[in-house]
Amino acid sequence: MVKEDLRIGVFVCDCGSNIAGFLDTEAVREFAGALSDVVISVRNNYTCSDPGQQEIQRTIFENRLNRIVVASCSPSSYEPIFRQCIHGAGLNPYLLEMANIREHCSWVTQDREAATWKAKDIVKVAVSRARWLYPQDEEQISVFDAALVIGGGVAGMQAALDLAEADHQVYLVEKKPSIGGIMAHLDKVFPDIECSI
Amino acid sequence: MMDVGRHPKIELLTHSELEDISGYVGNFKARIRKKARYVDEEACITCGECTTVCPVVVPDEFQMGLSSRKAIYIPFPQAVPSAYIISADDCLGDNPIACGKCLEVCEKKSINFDQEDELREIEVGAIIVATGMDVYDPTALDEYGYTRFANVVTSIEFERLISTGGPLEGHLGRPGDLKRPQRIGFVQCVGSRTQDQKRGNPYCSTICCMNTIKGAQYLMDNYPGTEVTVFYIDLRAYGKGFEELLMRTRGHGVRYVRGLPGEVREDPPSGNLLVTVENTIEKRLEKHEFDMLVLAVGATPAIDTEAIRQMASIAKSPSGFLKEAHAKLRPVDTPTKGIFIAGAAESPKDVRESVTQASAASSHASILLSKGRFAVEAITAAVYEDACTKCGQCAKVCPFGAITWQKKQVPQVISAACAGCGTCAAECKFGAIEMRHFSDQSIYAQIDAILEEDSQKKIVSFACNWCSYAGADTAGLSRMAYPPNARVIRTMCSGRVNPEFVWYSFQKGAPVVLVSGCHYVDCHYIDANRSTVRRVDGLWNGLEKAGIRADRLLLEWCSAAEGARWQTIMHETEKKRQTVTLEELELTRSALAKVRVPRPRNPKPADEKQDSEFVCLRCGHRWDGVFSVSWERTCPECRSNSVRWLRKK
Repeated sequence: MVKEDLRIGVFVCDCGSNIAGFLDTEAVREFAGALSDVVISVRNNYTCSDPGQQEIQRTIFENRLNRIVVASCSPSSYEPIFRQCIHGAGLNPYLLEMANIREHCSWVTQDREAATWKAKDIVKVAVSRARWLYPQDEEQISVFDAALVIGGGVAGMQAALDLAEADHQVYLVEKKPSIGGIMAHLDKVFPDIECSI
Repeated sequence: MMDVGRHPKIELLTHSELEDISGYVGNFKARIRKKARYVDEEACITCGECTTVCPVVVPDEFQMGLSSRKAIYIPFPQAVPSAYIISADDCLGDNPIACGKCLEVCEKKSINFDQEDELREIEVGAIIVATGMDVYDPTALDEYGYTRFANVVTSIEFERLISTGGPLEGHLGRPGDLKRPQRIGFVQCVGSRTQDQKRGNPYCSTICCMNTIKGAQYLMDNYPGTEVTVFYIDLRAYGKGFEELLMRTRGHGVRYVRGLPGEVREDPPSGNLLVTVENTIEKRLEKHEFDMLVLAVGATPAIDTEAIRQMASIAKSPSGFLKEAHAKLRPVDTPTKGIFIAGAAESPKDVRESVTQASAASSHASILLSKGRFAVEAITAAVYEDACTKCGQCAKVCPFGAITWQKKQVPQVISAACAGCGTCAAECKFGAIEMRHFSDQSIYAQIDAILEEDSQKKIVSFACNWCSYAGADTAGLSRMAYPPNARVIRTMCSGRVNPEFVWYSFQKGAPVVLVSGCHYVDCHYIDANRSTVRRVDGLWNGLEKAGIRADRLLLEWCSAAEGARWQTIMHETEKKRQTVTLEELELTRSALAKVRVPRPRNPKPADEKQDSEFVCLRCGHRWDGVFSVSWERTCPECRSNSVRWLRKK
């Protein structure tokens, strides 16, 4: 991709007071807007909310954005949701980068100025990574409809039966001459002292 | 059991061993050796005529050796498949001079001495590993006298002794003289919950308390008047209906004594057992006499699990049981897609838990099989043919066997098997492997962005997605404040960190570089972080050679739960950063302008178990020890993992 083609949008989240309470999100937004290739930077109260996501989608359409940076929380919480969101606006889900300015910044930095300094940097690093993101296709692999269960104890037997009941072909391999495993050795089983076999 | 045997969708392969697993999610191939049984499973009507004439008598494994069987036998009456089998190790053969008696009496002509092992190749989309557990052998615990005294038995032998299908056909007797025991003692935690390796395992086997309580209740129900005493450390009756059963036994007069026997002696004429124990609640020494003593033995990983673990590329926990993909959220998945675990192979389990987990595993497998397709997250590796020198190093380090390579051939990545850790890309000296979505360029761009301004104030930190990055998230959730100087570059695994990234960071003026990842036991890519350590070892040596302080590169493991540890790491790393002067940074820059970047060296097999010196690069502590690639190195003083390994001269 040629650099001229990059049109990055940055969305800085206040997360109520979770981020905005500890650092200057407006300064971060302004800073992000001035980074090269960034076409627009927007500040939301809650980017993950429906209005927040709608704003991302609208901004993508209006500005023909092709890379998205969401500066909010950890990707482990909301990356799947924002991927879905930009996909809804016609972008490949892999064109999203998250800048974690909450768990890694606002919540762990005591000094407001230092937190703002760090948040700007985190956004800058995310934008620099976003420049190198490409659309990716998820390969679809066909699955052979049969299962191998290794071990014919109570777990293996139950797993084999469940799969077979769901109409899948099952191969149950057991080293010993009979299935049953340790359970077959037991006389009664707790808590209600029933017969084991 | 019967249902399994007759289900039309289940092909039962007993007396069979798995020889190989290859392929990947949705498309596994397994080679199975169905060993010769010498009896036709279909034709045999289990009349038992063969057994009556068989002259060979050997101990019966099913009855724990408490009775005998013949060379041609059925493991137990309800066995599935319901057919006899000839043990080739015990049988005298079909030569009429030697024996062949069973052949003569079998009317169905189902015995066939010419039967051969059958090799089966099967194709499957999913695999469930349910290899179970073994029971601990208490012979090593000499004070309990197991094998020395006839009337000391294990809990599993006790099961056979009370069973109607057992050697005594349900008429409880003790092994020494078959007399019915009136006073029975149970000893808990045999081979469990000990820090002494020679005396068993550190973990709780979870099932033995309830198994003993069940045994006690059984005795109360069937042999009223039997005196039962249980010696324990803690009674763990934590499940549904468990506490109620414990209370029932107490109501019947079962005595529970907190304290494990220090000594067991035999009274030779009677065969009774004299037990000395410290009752730690009443704080007194007690002496007991029993007719029989039952050792509640713990569970150990099944001996065959290891071979299957290696075939299927599954990680193991420190206990030796199989490791799940996530302890809480993915307990039946493994890091290898399409392979699931069920039952005691993962950790000791009772029947109820095993069944629950089996249903969960089959449900996950069923999702895959029913869908008929599997979408691979686009974070996998790809080889640039032009840059590749066909050396095959990438294939060697792949923990999943996802890269196939033959001499003078460009390696091929099987995306379905690739988990995206990136250790192959870090290993490739020629930049011939690209990680989709975590490309080299994107990482270099991040380093550039971090160090563009005020580089002397920044710490370039690599954090793996699963543990250290998540550990930093945990620190955030717990509002654990730390200095604002670290800038995190997220990779899927610390194994993604190419040494070039570290050199580049130093070239660009980084005062300190931190590489962080999962603890050895947590590695989400089986053992990819062992490669991280090898590379960091090489980097430390290389840095030193280039005249750069090795302790400016730190290595730390931090699990997703260790927020506090991440906070400490951040504080310590910042302390280290403050020791780096602007002058030193200038020197580094000029030194690296000249130096050719050295590459890490693979540890030689000879390094394993070698006496070595270790230096902590965080606190400077030095100590002697033994090197092993499989041991996580931690400083005993400050708990840092930035432990440099030096050969002893």
